Amino acid sequence: MNKLDTRELIQRVEQRAALSSEPSAAPHLELDHLDTLWLQVTGTLCNLACLHCFISCGPKNDNHDMMSVEQVDEAIDRAVEEGVKEFYFTGGEPFMHPDIETLIERALRHGPLTVLTNGILIDEDLASWLGETFRRARYSFDVRVSLDGTTRSENDALRGRGTFEKILAGIDRLVAAGLNPVITVTTCHAELGGREGRQKFFDLLAERGIQRPRLKFLAPFKIGREERRGGGYQDYERLRKGDLDDQARQALQCSSCRMVTSEGVYPCPILIEEKDARMGDKLDDGLKAIELDHPACYTCFVEGVTCRT
Amino acid sequence: MSNLNTRGRVALFGGVYNNYLSLQATIDDARRRGVDEIYCLGDMGGFGPHPNRVFPILRQSSDIHILQGNYDHSIGHRLDDCGCGYTDPRDNHFAQISYDYTLEKTADSHKDWLRDLPGEFRRQWCDRRVLMAHGSPRRINEFLWESTCSDVFLAYLLDTAQADILFVTHTGIGWKRRLPDGRLVVNVGAIGRPANDGRTGVDYALVEISAEAVEVSFVEVEYDHHRLAREILSEGLPEEFAESITTGWWTTCLEILPARERAAGRF
Ligand code: SF4
Ligand code: SF4
Repeated sequence: MNKLDTRELIQRVEQRAALSSEPSAAPHLELDHLDTLWLQVTGTLCNLACLHCFISCGPKNDNHDMMSVEQVDEAIDRAVEEGVKEFYFTGGEPFMHPDIETLIERALRHGPLTVLTNGILIDEDLASWLGETFRRARYSFDVRVSLDGTTRSENDALRGRGTFEKILAGIDRLVAAGLNPVITVTTCHAELGGREGRQKFFDLLAERGIQRPRLKFLAPFKIGREERRGGGYQDYERLRKGDLDDQARQALQCSSCRMVTSEGVYPCPILIEEKDARMGDKLDDGLKAIELDHPACYTCFVEGVTCRT
Repeated sequence: MSNLNTRGRVALFGGVYNNYLSLQATIDDARRRGVDEIYCLGDMGGFGPHPNRVFPILRQSSDIHILQGNYDHSIGHRLDDCGCGYTDPRDNHFAQISYDYTLEKTADSHKDWLRDLPGEFRRQWCDRRVLMAHGSPRRINEFLWESTCSDVFLAYLLDTAQADILFVTHTGIGWKRRLPDGRLVVNVGAIGRPANDGRTGVDYALVEISAEAVEVSFVEVEYDHHRLAREILSEGLPEEFAESITTGWWTTCLEILPARERAAGRF
């Protein structure tokens, strides 16, 4: 979508919100096609408990269990029947899964795969296996590592003490193994999203010998643990019928993705802990239209967020 | 514009990027091989020098059929940027330089022509349904990279578009894949800059059509790339663009490359 259109649309949304506090119906969004299948392979289980996690992932959160190999296979097979383009694994921390190597190989047999990780568990053995897998796979295999600051204090304030060094060490090992991971930055500190903030990340990674890094910047969702850290959504932060033109619909990832966890199927990776977002037990139950009635949908629209790389 | 019922030979290319020298060399090579038709799948502008020079070559030939690319759409509608929206400030910077340059230097009559180009071609080659599009059948700016398209996704695109053979461009790197059911998807790549593989030559797709089979091969074309690099520099365009032309490695707009294609390049 071109920038002017977005700005106009946002203005329209905000003006209308200011004029009337009356709730009006949320827009309806068809599933155009299942381009992307997300799999919450480790559920809500994570070795970190970041303050800005939009799911409340952590060592003790078992709202969503780890998925079994059978559950992952079943979702992949059904998605393949739909002509799925690509797979994403996330959690929690995917590398906590005891069968993660099997899962990665299963997915890569059918299409390209991206694994989202916090990087902490990437030791040399794992890095070299990932490098080999990357070189061997028929399709693209990408690893995406989260880093939330260009200094120890900036990052550790969100991700936990000592994580800055561990994340960078994990990135170094991936690079040494021949991968060029995508670094994901959540722009909780607003200045990180700006031009200068972004440049700092490029500089930091260049200093570590990654001359042409791949970076992705993501606006925070004010739900999960992030809601308690940075505050939740205002009442006016809702999408309403008429807000979306065709381009805006197409730009929303949920017009072309679904998320499967051990608990069932959801519209997207963002809403898995939100009540009412669950669409059913199996991927099949999710292959239908959704209502964009969640405040997080507002962030997707206004910030143009997609969880894809 | 013809359907081919017995046999034929067709050339297809995309991504001209103002490179009028490789364009002429490609067309000359294709004609020497006796092709019946030539197809250009879009993106006339960007990157190279002297945008107006590609138009006489393209517009005065009755054997060339031309589609609109996303760049052509932007230039044709006089938009502010190419709509690529890179995250990397460096990529954005270079993309904007070539876009502003091309927008400023393209004559109005050519802009109007770009604006009015068609979005797809459909053909029938010996009972096979052929579709040509810029990005993908469903979106002008969708990238179909070899490493990021599962077989089943390509089959879905063909099913939906009701085609047996699909030709696209947009990514700048060519590839072809025969699906398990025999249908064919070809990204014809770009002739305006090298394919990020260290060769200075550029490729176009040559298609041999008969009742029995449709065979696609990539033909490498050499052209005076030193001259193009000199003209890039004398037009005040970035050295990085000239470097890609003379080394065969991409130096800018790398962000769009998936991990696999990125790792195959130097940067
Ligand atoms: S943000 Fe990622 S690493 Fe941090 S707790 Fe959530 S899932 Fe774990
Ligand atoms: S949160 Fe975003 S991706 Fe999820 S359903 Fe809402 S708009 Fe779609």
